[in-house]
Amino acid sequence: MISCNNISKKYKKVQALSDISFEVKPGEIFGLIGPDGAGKTTLFRILTTLILADEGVAAVNGLDVVKDYKLIRERVGYMPGRFSLYQDLSVEENLNFFATVFNTTVEENYALVRDIYQQIEPFKTRKAGKLSGGMKQKLALSCALIHKPTVLFLDEPTTGVDPVSRKEFWGMLKKLQQQGITILVSTPYMDEASLCDRIALIQKGRLLTIDSPGKIADSFKKTLLSVSSENMSMLLTDLRAIPEVESCYAFGDSHHITLKNRTSEYKQEHSDSRRKMADDITVIINNLKVNLEAKNHINVIIKEIKPGIEDCFMELSKNNM
Amino acid sequence: MEKVIVVENLTKAFGRFKAVDQISFEVEKGEIFGFLGANGAGKTTAMRMLCGLSIPTSGKAIVAGYDIRTQPEMIKKNIGYMSQKFALYEDLTVAENIRFYAGIYHVPEKEIAPRTQKLLERLGLEHEKDSLVKALPLGWKQKLAFSVAVFHHPGIVFLDEPTGGVDPVTRRQFWEMIYEATDSGITVFVTTHYMDEAEYCDRVSIMVDGKIAALDTPANLKKEFDANNMDEVFYRLARNASRKAD
Repeated sequence: MISCNNISKKYKKVQALSDISFEVKPGEIFGLIGPDGAGKTTLFRILTTLILADEGVAAVNGLDVVKDYKLIRERVGYMPGRFSLYQDLSVEENLNFFATVFNTTVEENYALVRDIYQQIEPFKTRKAGKLSGGMKQKLALSCALIHKPTVLFLDEPTTGVDPVSRKEFWGMLKKLQQQGITILVSTPYMDEASLCDRIALIQKGRLLTIDSPGKIADSFKKTLLSVSSENMSMLLTDLRAIPEVESCYAFGDSHHITLKNRTSEYKQEHSDSRRKMADDITVIINNLKVNLEAKNHINVIIKEIKPGIEDCFMELSKNNM
Repeated sequence: MEKVIVVENLTKAFGRFKAVDQISFEVEKGEIFGFLGANGAGKTTAMRMLCGLSIPTSGKAIVAGYDIRTQPEMIKKNIGYMSQKFALYEDLTVAENIRFYAGIYHVPEKEIAPRTQKLLERLGLEHEKDSLVKALPLGWKQKLAFSVAVFHHPGIVFLDEPTGGVDPVTRRQFWEMIYEATDSGITVFVTTHYMDEAEYCDRVSIMVDGKIAALDTPANLKKEFDANNMDEVFYRLARNASRKAD
């Protein structure tokens, strides 16, 4: 539905995108996940035919982003990161305007936006500029959908939005997906990765990996431990001072650490004896516990855990410095 | 324990709408106080009052020893403030931004050079001091903005979503800077939408519909709401908010 082949883009001295290639399948929710400045918006602008890439080719709906830009614009919906509706038109006027521009009517495609638009309909005479952030977001999504696009581009729709409203927004996306719309969505929140079918992690204009969230987590090569004690600040310093500890990051109520010389290759070597492997990790955890208790930590809890997308991002981004 | 913020029945009404509705709480010196809430719950309005930028409709608050109603100018001089949206002048260099804030906050002239040097060394920005701020990566900007916000050694620093959009590694480095600051006695008042960051606070308050719906240590809140993490605590409190608005 979307294909990108070796796309690069430079702004003066800044390399915004380097050699980006990926595909989004029909009906997929595909997440582009990375921090500000990673190149997400540049990529969106290229795919929505607003700017040209320096190198590479891209197609949306089988149409070339350069040659067929007019046709693409008719078929896709785009919600930019910054609120871009007409502030001095009312809610209703904005929706009508976008329908008219695309040669359709609100009535014709109302079914598609009904669930979302109904939530702001009580305020339909209010000027868009006077809406709260959450309502602006819903109006922008309605306007991006009113011409029944086949592909929806959402650039950071949940940035600065509280966790409850974010969950609601993702609920709306799932419903749109069920109606057959393909969705490319970007976000700086790593926890939203699990809500996508597939994701690409992006940093400094490069893709770090592309796969389903589950497979990316499975490809994490190292043993990951979560460690907590009564004094988390001191624990961070003490863990980093231990020679066997390779990386140590705070993760909410625990710290996540990886150990040197413990990769999946190591796991494979010992796969003949899973028992030994389990014993082995128990020994490591016990030693670590003894070590920390000797440094006056109390209530030390250490567990082997499965990595999340944020663990994977930090591990992969090390190689992209 | 010394209280650096004391809030009693603080209220701000816009017409009939009570953006902040009789909130009361205290913050102790050296504490990291997380100020959470859904969009539209009244966080920004409350924070503006505590910074001396908005006069309350009723109730009172003492911040850094000054009354927000009668001494707002003294509060502005004695606090630091950093927001995600605006923190530094993009068209000034790193050194010019520091010099500008030092001037505004009346940092003694002879102190400016040594403090600037120390700041640049700590951030590893010595070679970037003559670069325009707009040329810096976001993560560096936010770390610089924090250092600038505490450059005049305020007793309290207010951080309004300081880590939004920042990459995971820098986000954590940012929190380590916050810890260092509190070790030197600064009190930190911080808002965030990252629930893992709520865990890094000593105490957390969660605002719902203009009121403080919960206030305790992260551990006690999780116990009270029988939740595995702060995300669940937040979800339980905020999902029933009547102000779905912002």
